[in-house]
Amino acid sequence: MDAIQKKILHEVAELDALPVGAYNIRANGKAAARNSTANIEIIPKTDKSGIDIRIKENTKFESVHIPVIISESGLKELVYNDFFIGDNSDVVIIAGCGIHNCGGEDSAHDGVHTFYVGKNAKVKYIEKHYGEGEGRGKRLMNPTTVVHLAEGAQMKMETAQISGIDDTLRNTKAVLSDDSKLEINESVMTTGDQNAVSEFTADLDGQNCSCNIVSRTVARDSSTQHFTSRLNGNNVCSGHTECDSIIMDKASVLATPELLASSTEASLIHEAAIGKIAGEQIIKLMTLGLTEAEAEEQIISGFLR
Amino acid sequence: MLELKNISYRIEDKVILDNVNLNIEDHFVAITGPNGSGKSTLAKVIAGIITPTSGRIILDGEDITALSITERANKGISYAFQQPVRFKGLTVKDLMVLAAGKGTNTSEIRDMLTEVGLDPKEYLNRSLDGSLSGGELKRIEIAMIFARSSKLSVFDEPEAGIDLWSFQKLIRVFEQMVQRTKGNVVIISHQERILNIADKIIYLKDGKIEKYDTRDKILPQLLNSVSEDNRNGGV
Repeated sequence: MDAIQKKILHEVAELDALPVGAYNIRANGKAAARNSTANIEIIPKTDKSGIDIRIKENTKFESVHIPVIISESGLKELVYNDFFIGDNSDVVIIAGCGIHNCGGEDSAHDGVHTFYVGKNAKVKYIEKHYGEGEGRGKRLMNPTTVVHLAEGAQMKMETAQISGIDDTLRNTKAVLSDDSKLEINESVMTTGDQNAVSEFTADLDGQNCSCNIVSRTVARDSSTQHFTSRLNGNNVCSGHTECDSIIMDKASVLATPELLASSTEASLIHEAAIGKIAGEQIIKLMTLGLTEAEAEEQIISGFLR
Repeated sequence: MLELKNISYRIEDKVILDNVNLNIEDHFVAITGPNGSGKSTLAKVIAGIITPTSGRIILDGEDITALSITERANKGISYAFQQPVRFKGLTVKDLMVLAAGKGTNTSEIRDMLTEVGLDPKEYLNRSLDGSLSGGELKRIEIAMIFARSSKLSVFDEPEAGIDLWSFQKLIRVFEQMVQRTKGNVVIISHQERILNIADKIIYLKDGKIEKYDTRDKILPQLLNSVSEDNRNGGV
């Protein structure tokens, strides 16, 4: 792995060496390193590009790293990763994709991640997207995440796309069974003329299931963002979705929360707020000795945390 | 030592501050006066948030009239907001570290929070957002100024919203601040108990300094003349 690839790996997975536990590192369309453990098996797919991650029942406190790095200009790939998470397990999955593009051609990674979370299992899923490189070629990412939560399953998903991705369509779909719980925290920042579209759909089918989707975004320069979050309440359930954006310069942000209740016992709430950084926040930080630009950076980094 | 020379501030035809001349050299100076008398405006002029229409501001012999908020902060001026600002995402610890400087360790920050009556275990990692009450935000605001320990600290009605927390503790924080910095603390307040610890009291009315003298001379007059209405709120 060369210096550029190592740097991207650090950005997306905070890895400077091979991780502990199970991992699959994909670099420029090929497996660069792979490790299965006694409880977590990583198997390459034979019919298409991608891997199956099989986690045994009752696997506790183990982690899986599956970073993807692209440093070849013009490389475009579509990868399918399926996660089968055994009943009663408690695991952390760290995904992430970094693109370094210094060439003239567009580089793209489209990943379809499907999660089958077993009964009473707990999963924390962390996904970070990052792009860099001075080339004219664009850095594109279109992640699709499909989540199936069995009875009593819980999933906490944290996604971040803070810099360098020119165009993204993020699609997340979830189906919730009885007593399951889904929590999603998304952070996005767009700059220049980047465009980010994020679509969430959650089917709250199970009795007493709950879902909370929170998106925090910052749109700078002339970038554009569109956030859609659709909650379908089909049973005794509770759902909350929130989109909170800071808008700067000549950017534009569209937030469209949607709620559909088809049960009188569904309790659904949406919140959406778009606004610039409050002047008094900048003044407060200036009275602590920060310059205006430093104050702005502090406010943004706190907001996207 | 802070000097204000011929400070005036007008918005269109309205005079908010009218040729204010002031030397602040005592450790504790309280500013009081009726609503709309210009107290908060005066504090903001000192902090650099409001630029006066005319006049000069001198800190330790240096003319700081043209300096920005940031530059004044770095010269040793701290300002506690009357209405503390909320931040989504930034935590109490983030703000305290910004206030205290990067070299400060967490145990010092914990001590400062304890001083203002907040349990660091509960508050250190809380976000400074709508989940905190006005009184909690107010104490954090005071802790931030305490953490800065600068030579001039200006508080705009620090007691407002602090209901259950004992006044005695607030006063101890001010005293500690003076001990640490050997500097000046200026407090805008209507509270007799705060006026009671001041070395000097300024009475501001209609943008003018009507009285400025030692506590012993001013306080008895104020207690007789300031109506109950004027003891609440501020500008």
